[in-house]
Amino acid sequence: MPAKVGIPRSLSYYQLFPLWKTFFEEMGAELVVSGPTTKKILDDGVKCCVDEACLPVKLFHGHVADIKDRVDYLFIPRLTSISKGEYICPKFGGLPDMVRTSLHGLPEIISTEINLRKNKRNSLKAAMEIGHYFTDKDSQIKSAYKKAVGCYNLVKDNFEKGYIPDFIRPGKTAETKSLEKDRNLNIALVGHTYNIYDSFVNMNIWRKLENKNANIITIEMVDEKAINRNARQLPKKIFWNYGRKAVGSAMHLLNEKNLDGVIYVMSFGCGIDSFVCDLVERRIRRTTDLPFIVITLDEHSGEAGLDTRLEAFIDMVRWRCTDKK
Amino acid sequence: MKLTFPHLGNAYIAVKALLDELGVDYIIPPFNNKKALEIGIKNSPEFACLPLKINIGNIIQAYREGADTVLITGGCGPCRFGYYCEMEREILQDAGYDIGFITIDAPRGISLKEYFSQLLKITNGINIYKIAKAVKNTTEIAILVDQLEKLTFKMRSIEACRGDTDSVYRDFQQEIRLINGAQSIKKYISQTSQKLTNIRCNTGIKPLKVGIVGEIYTTIDSYTSFNLDARLGNMGVEVDRSVTVSNWVVEHMLKKVFHLPRDLKYAEAAKPYLGAMIGGHAQETIGNSIMYSQKGYDGIVQIYPLTCMPEIVAQSILPAVENDYGIPVLTLIIDEMTGEAGYLTRLEAFVDLLNKRREMAASDR
Ligand code: SF4
Ligand code: SF4
Repeated sequence: MPAKVGIPRSLSYYQLFPLWKTFFEEMGAELVVSGPTTKKILDDGVKCCVDEACLPVKLFHGHVADIKDRVDYLFIPRLTSISKGEYICPKFGGLPDMVRTSLHGLPEIISTEINLRKNKRNSLKAAMEIGHYFTDKDSQIKSAYKKAVGCYNLVKDNFEKGYIPDFIRPGKTAETKSLEKDRNLNIALVGHTYNIYDSFVNMNIWRKLENKNANIITIEMVDEKAINRNARQLPKKIFWNYGRKAVGSAMHLLNEKNLDGVIYVMSFGCGIDSFVCDLVERRIRRTTDLPFIVITLDEHSGEAGLDTRLEAFIDMVRWRCTDKK
Repeated sequence: MKLTFPHLGNAYIAVKALLDELGVDYIIPPFNNKKALEIGIKNSPEFACLPLKINIGNIIQAYREGADTVLITGGCGPCRFGYYCEMEREILQDAGYDIGFITIDAPRGISLKEYFSQLLKITNGINIYKIAKAVKNTTEIAILVDQLEKLTFKMRSIEACRGDTDSVYRDFQQEIRLINGAQSIKKYISQTSQKLTNIRCNTGIKPLKVGIVGEIYTTIDSYTSFNLDARLGNMGVEVDRSVTVSNWVVEHMLKKVFHLPRDLKYAEAAKPYLGAMIGGHAQETIGNSIMYSQKGYDGIVQIYPLTCMPEIVAQSILPAVENDYGIPVLTLIIDEMTGEAGYLTRLEAFVDLLNKRREMAASDR
């Protein structure tokens, strides 16, 4: 019987799942992914986490609770860094330790550290360590790793072209092309992937915007080269992977003539967002009069409040559009 | 050029000595105060961590007194502190303050010369040897100040007359601002420490011992911590804290520049609970809590500013340490809304608990 590996549908899932999926399947493991976020998953997470944790971290715990009794291993790598010279968030680095103390009755956790900050080759090293849970054959692990990276890059490239991959597709969206003409409003939706693509957490913001005829552009749809070109203009390098991408893509999109508004989605109490959102906002305010709002998500966010704010925002966007013509 | 720098507990004494030695003109911002915090809150992002907000307040207050350039340290993550310098620059720029920044960035394997190039910039013409000497003096002063603080921790818990230690220390803080030059500063520190040792003490008492752990700013800075160490001291508790200014200077800056092996005992101790450096002082928090417990301390107080990422991780893990080592832990979270009364009540209740545990342990014997 193949070993069952549990992957919480949370945090890094929204960015790295294609990588994990291919790798573990090549290792002959059976994947168990927790279900889409529900009220129960949220409640379970809130219950076992310290109050001060941000919503995404609480949710992560809920997703672990959802699958922990059904798997042989939980895959919670210690994600220190996934890109050279950059970190993710201190909480990603401490995630396996938090889960271990906050939840009981856990299966074995595969908590290999992934740290590419100094050296990209460390990712193969991490893959070997993970692979050895399933096989002794180094060659098998290496080829699984290669395939997984290939698969991940393909998904990423397609995403930049506007094709939202199946594993995170929110709402009814089929595909979105950046800044296209037929939808009449172009709205940048900036935020962490686990906020932008989890429709429970963001209260269906995606669908809500599409119903208002908005064409949504996310960070993942911006060409990474353009992101880097823009991010390099900052006097000091942003050392968070997400921070570079958020600020870089915002700067890039600001230069595109047909952007109509920016929505920043942040988690209540998120340390990284508190700085990154501010950096993005300053860049918008300094150079444009683009409508900009911040939507803050926490476990108490109400849908009615969101609706009202989106309504007002879209009105403002439209008003500004007609004014320009 | 008139330099200024944000406060971090008593760090101003060492920085002052450095700038005196280098012959640079500077303004020390007013000690942390309500107004500084208000200015900071008004100008900073709502969810920024508290130290950033106070830094902003310090800088603006110093600017109003005539400072035109900020000296600040940088960093490379993962926690927010490493980006403070940029955030502060952006905030002040947009708020219309015409103030320059000199950032001493965390050395990443760069040479000594490069590291001090920022310092060279402000000292026009002083040679590198003089700078090295100033740095040496500064480090020594940072260490002396920390030893002095440690002495107050001890004296408070055993002083015969409540308030004696506080009064000596208060005088010290007022006076030291006015004393210039490394040698005079050193001399005044040693005089003060003499005064402290002369305080009349109760003999034969064994005070409760509490280790203070957590985020560096709130553990070190008495304004943001509501005077945590003095408060506990005046309840008859001897406190200790491992994270200090000199420790930070020596371990995080000097040893990195000179490629010296760092003291990582705390990391070893923390390993079974937090297996890696995740930023801030989370590993120190866990490791030091364990080491305090092994040294027979009665309790641990963790303190950190709301939304502090590394300490939230540490807080989640501390219950396991509490359990395995049988040592009570109190977590205090500080933000601009924290009320002093509620804070004090929790602290008092904690000390009561520790006293009861001691009594129970004694009667069991
Ligand atoms: S980046 Fe923000 S939201 Fe994500 S885990 Fe860290 S603190 Fe939480
Ligand atoms: S350690 Fe905490 S308080 Fe300090 S900068 Fe980092 S997140 Fe902010």
